[in-house]
Amino acid sequence: MSEKIIEQIVANVLQGRRDQSDEGIDEGYDGTPGVTELVEEALEQGIPVEKVLAEGLSHGMTLVGEKYESGEYFIPDMLAAAEAVGAAMDIMEPYLVKDGGQGSKGKIVMATVEKDQHDIGKNLVTIMLKGAGYAVVDLGVNVPASRIVEVVEKEKAGLLGLSALLDTTMPFMKQTIEELENKNLKDNVRVMIGGAPTNEDFAREIGADAHGKDAFAAVKIADQFL
Amino acid sequence: MSREGVNVAKPYQRMTREQVELVHRTSLELLEKPGVLVYSQEAVALLSDAGARVTQTREGEYDAWWVSIPSSLVQKALESVPSKVVLGARNPENQIVMDARGYHVYFGSGSETNFWLDVKPETFVSQENPENQRVFPAITRRRGTVADLCKSAHLSDNLEHLDFFIRNVNIQDPDINEGNKDVNKFFASLNNITKHVMGGLTDFGQMDHVVHMAEIIAGGREELLKNPVISFITSVIKSPLQVVDETAEKLIKVARLGLPVVISSSPQGGSTAPIDEAGMVAQVNAEVLTGIVINQLAQPGAPVIYGAVPVRARMDDLHDMYGVPEFCYYNTSCAQMARFYEVPCYSTAGVGDAKVPGIQAAAEKMFTHAVVPRSAPDIVHYAFGLLEKTNPFCPEQAVLDNHHIGMVKFLYREPRVDESEMERVKEIIEEVMQTPHRLYSRYTRRLLRSGGIFPTYPFEGEGDDQDETLLKAHEKVQEIMDRPRQHLSEAICREIYAQVPGLLPRLNPYQV
Repeated sequence: MSEKIIEQIVANVLQGRRDQSDEGIDEGYDGTPGVTELVEEALEQGIPVEKVLAEGLSHGMTLVGEKYESGEYFIPDMLAAAEAVGAAMDIMEPYLVKDGGQGSKGKIVMATVEKDQHDIGKNLVTIMLKGAGYAVVDLGVNVPASRIVEVVEKEKAGLLGLSALLDTTMPFMKQTIEELENKNLKDNVRVMIGGAPTNEDFAREIGADAHGKDAFAAVKIADQFL
Repeated sequence: MSREGVNVAKPYQRMTREQVELVHRTSLELLEKPGVLVYSQEAVALLSDAGARVTQTREGEYDAWWVSIPSSLVQKALESVPSKVVLGARNPENQIVMDARGYHVYFGSGSETNFWLDVKPETFVSQENPENQRVFPAITRRRGTVADLCKSAHLSDNLEHLDFFIRNVNIQDPDINEGNKDVNKFFASLNNITKHVMGGLTDFGQMDHVVHMAEIIAGGREELLKNPVISFITSVIKSPLQVVDETAEKLIKVARLGLPVVISSSPQGGSTAPIDEAGMVAQVNAEVLTGIVINQLAQPGAPVIYGAVPVRARMDDLHDMYGVPEFCYYNTSCAQMARFYEVPCYSTAGVGDAKVPGIQAAAEKMFTHAVVPRSAPDIVHYAFGLLEKTNPFCPEQAVLDNHHIGMVKFLYREPRVDESEMERVKEIIEEVMQTPHRLYSRYTRRLLRSGGIFPTYPFEGEGDDQDETLLKAHEKVQEIMDRPRQHLSEAICREIYAQVPGLLPRLNPYQV
């Protein structure tokens, strides 16, 4: 019984179905339970939370990654799967904590810096990080440095992701890092930056720890630092 | 089952109805005065017997006849012309149904290029910085051979947007001569492609052999008429307004055989036709109507195709020009004339004036590819791989053109805006607005898989500072060339070789 539901979780991660109202990719799934309902059911049946996580959600995401690498899947497929897993992680977190674990793989704060309203890239990174099992606090767009630093401190985040699309807002990334340093928080949190005008040289210049060229790079950076 | 082509449901109408009728009336007046200068006695006899006024004359070394064609003769011919013509194929699923009352457009290759462009990736070293080594496509030009024709037919069989084949390589091997050229070019084509094969004849004397070859492939005379795996192109008109002797005989014979034939007229605006649109369209229309009249007098009801191929002259050397706006004017207006007559139309798009593939070629080709088919001619020839006024053929360019035609076909899709679609999108928008990131990506997935979203350009390179399009197209050509060829069966090849003289033994895939 437990094997069957785990298989269903994997299949629905591959379909990127958050819940039963999702259409997924292939025909034949309409109206059937999606990842969140299946995870709830699995936990109710008493299947160990680690098993649901490792053999269901994580394994499903690994398969999704392989399909993306081989060209069978595209970004929307990855995002849909990551969204489904992210939603399931919200359900799983209390169980993981109760079982003595830390819950997620680590805590990350994400923000688009001050005076910048662009959030597509930042949202993709947030979805992919959540899908990879991280707890993400997404502060949204146009966030002042002081507010970002305040949340990093409060949440005890291990990683901060800063996004900017405009060359005129890039200096706010530097300002945020300086504010972390002023509050002696820089040793506790790694900073990754991303966005079209940024690059590795700029990251080095402003004292960021990493530059992510896309959402996949961001997940790799998180895996490395957390 | 037949090929789908692309449905251009709302064709572009460049001219108003009044302008179309004016062109028609002007063409009829031109056919009466000055009339046409005919060099074929057989054609003159047909026209004269039907009531045309004929005056004998002498043009240089040849007898010729001024023929004044009355409008009643044109009208009668247009009444007997079928509006539907089937172009058959070895694989019946590759048949094309041309319907002058419909809006389906089919794309094909062409024609008679003298040169073949080889593309070969080579490594180049910068003189300024020897460490900077780059791979660029080196292009060489050589005369086409029958082996190249076999390759291009195989390539064309594998291009999904290519609906019919006109040989795109002129075979110039040492052992090819006027007496064996036609049988070898048709065999090389038919033995390497399962789509329709259309072509001109070099030698009138070879027609019976070519037709017999087609009969063997189709399974007999009756079967060939039902599934004409070949059709002919006759350049019966020499612009302005002259009917060529031997080509007229071919036209008459093909009409009596009941096989489809294109009346092809290719005046050049600025040299053999007026450069202005009104004059060009009136003249080429009169020329094609002349061919249709001869064809229908020879065999009323014979399948015939309106083949206007008007081009513009370059002002610096009077060569043909294809990638210019006037070309689009001429051809879209001619397509409108064919539709007015309800005769299936053979049109032209996609020739680059550029000598090699590249930016100029892409701009010129896409320009006419996007515009001319919008007028919904039934078939569009010259659409694959042709450069420099149709002088060279480049297989890599053909692969690129194939993709670009796919883009054009996608462009012609009808908008899907209806009540049920609006209900669906309203639901999606409401749903997305309730999510934290408000992204629509997940709703692209089914469309992506059902062909509802056009794919990324497949010839995009990985580098940041070099255009790799041609290198990627070369890889695609190599991949297609490695695929197995769809040859005729051994039994059919044996029968053809036993009954059709002049075939080169090396073209027989079953030769021991």
